[in-house]
Amino acid sequence: MSTQPALAVENVDAAATLTDGKPRRGPARRTRSSGGGGQRPSTRLTLLLVLCSITVLIPLYVTVSMAFKTQAQAVDGNAFSLPAPFSVDGFVTAWNLTDYPRAFILSVLITAGTVAGTVILGAFASFAITRNWNRRLFRWSFFYLLAAMFIPFPVVALPQIQLTGFAGLDNPVGVTILHIMFQLSFSILLFTAFLRSIPAELEESARIDGATTWQTFWQLIFPLLAPMSATVGIFAFLASWNDFMMPSLITSDPSLQTLPVVQSIFQTQFSNNYNVSFASYLMAMAPAIIVFLFTQRWVMEGVTQGAVKG
Amino acid sequence: MTTVIAAPPPPTRDTVPPPSPSGKRRVEPIYYAFLLPSLVIFTLAITVPAIIGIFFSFTNSIGFGDWDFIGLVNYAALFSDPAILQSYLFTFSFAVTTVIVVNVLAFLLAVGLTARIRAKTALRTVFVIPMVVSGIIIAYVFSFLFSNSVPALGQALGIDWLSESILANPDLAWIGIVIVTAWQSIPGTLLIYIAGLLSIPGDVYEAADLDGASKRQQLWRITLPLVSGYVVINVILGLKNFLNAYDIIIGLTNGGPGTATRSIPMTIITGFTGGDYAYQMANAAMFFIIVVVISVIQLRISRGRNSV
Repeated sequence: MSTQPALAVENVDAAATLTDGKPRRGPARRTRSSGGGGQRPSTRLTLLLVLCSITVLIPLYVTVSMAFKTQAQAVDGNAFSLPAPFSVDGFVTAWNLTDYPRAFILSVLITAGTVAGTVILGAFASFAITRNWNRRLFRWSFFYLLAAMFIPFPVVALPQIQLTGFAGLDNPVGVTILHIMFQLSFSILLFTAFLRSIPAELEESARIDGATTWQTFWQLIFPLLAPMSATVGIFAFLASWNDFMMPSLITSDPSLQTLPVVQSIFQTQFSNNYNVSFASYLMAMAPAIIVFLFTQRWVMEGVTQGAVKG
Repeated sequence: MTTVIAAPPPPTRDTVPPPSPSGKRRVEPIYYAFLLPSLVIFTLAITVPAIIGIFFSFTNSIGFGDWDFIGLVNYAALFSDPAILQSYLFTFSFAVTTVIVVNVLAFLLAVGLTARIRAKTALRTVFVIPMVVSGIIIAYVFSFLFSNSVPALGQALGIDWLSESILANPDLAWIGIVIVTAWQSIPGTLLIYIAGLLSIPGDVYEAADLDGASKRQQLWRITLPLVSGYVVINVILGLKNFLNAYDIIIGLTNGGPGTATRSIPMTIITGFTGGDYAYQMANAAMFFIIVVVISVIQLRISRGRNSV
């Protein structure tokens, strides 16, 4: 299945240029340096950008340093001092107060369910729609499903809170379903655009070899969709993992809340235990940041592609 | 970053040949099986609630119990309700301000990050980190900084308006919300601008160099016009995101002080506990119409632009 449709390559092109900055800048740089322009990396500009990056790093630094302080040091109000002495008491207390393992697992389950559901349902529907575009039902379904892009969650939130309550879905399962549905139009938009670029000959040859539609989808189409699935998955991951509004409104049982939502206990109770609350914030933020640091190339490509090509 | 820019041009029949060239024969049943789950769940999860919401916006329901049709009374009342008007004023001024702040900063950063600099990859990584941080959690962190560290700094420097928490000041609290929203939204905007800047061929600048254009002239006369399509994308995406502001405001001010920073989504949600369910559904319907208008403008512009 190594055949890459031409359009797929074109799609990745802009994004691939993004992360290493070489493919397109490369030739330009060479021409410029031969013309005698300023070809050395600018140290002044680098320093300026490093200074700017401090604004990004300050809140993260404060979170880390506050988290490792003792309670006595944390309440003195100086957010920028280094922890002295170094203490992990905050983490222990936060771990127990928020029941971290449970909230973490719930967040992971909701996010994993959202990513898988968005990719699979989106790919299913897009495949059916593009291959039956001459049928009214499928054509209308496309525009119908796309209409969700016009509906922000707050607009339908009140009836949804009620309905999920009636249906017994005022829990993480309901949150997952809603997360998938609000991501669906975006994924269908990307998938259908991509599916149209796959030459029909490819599918026909699979069918001549005797593959059913089901087999064609799983063995030919779905693997070809991989780059789009990655983009769709990254968007679904970011939206689901970091969401506060939907779980906080839909899930009625506080013990079934996700990581971002359980942090609110530090606004009402324990509000002076800064070392505990920041340890808790850090434990809630860290997984996504760590995942990002390992997958940053894909994430940056995916986001750019999703936003620009979408 | 959850919304999209443009619907693709509807495919024509010749770009998507049916698997079998015999035209209008029966659709293979499995295609219905592929499509139906999405259609059914989507209808139950989004369409039905939307219809229920619109239906109740014409009633006096408080969310349960008896109700009567009252026509457009809810809608009429919206226009003379100071709380509603204030939330619209706040939300729109906030969204427009934030769009400007985010786009100016993200564009300048993108220019810097695509120039010849050292440690390019590391710097880009740092600037993109806020994108993966949960809005509510970073709002809690900033809330601590705004209420403790910034006032301490203000007192040390003898600056009056900084020596109290800006979040406790009804006239300044929105600035805190703009700062945190910008902090979190710049990365996504930045990535789109970087893609835009990298799509400009290098020889354009080379020609400008030869003609003796200064760097500043090149930025204004070449770079900016050539990325205008990306500016449009970012402005519209940002506007739609910021109008839906909720998480960060909850984390920073919870709508306060008083109701000074209560956004439209927050006002709508109060309908669930405040006993004015039907009224807030009318509010939601109004908000929906506004979002649709913005989306239609978005589609128009991106269609006209064809594609980036």
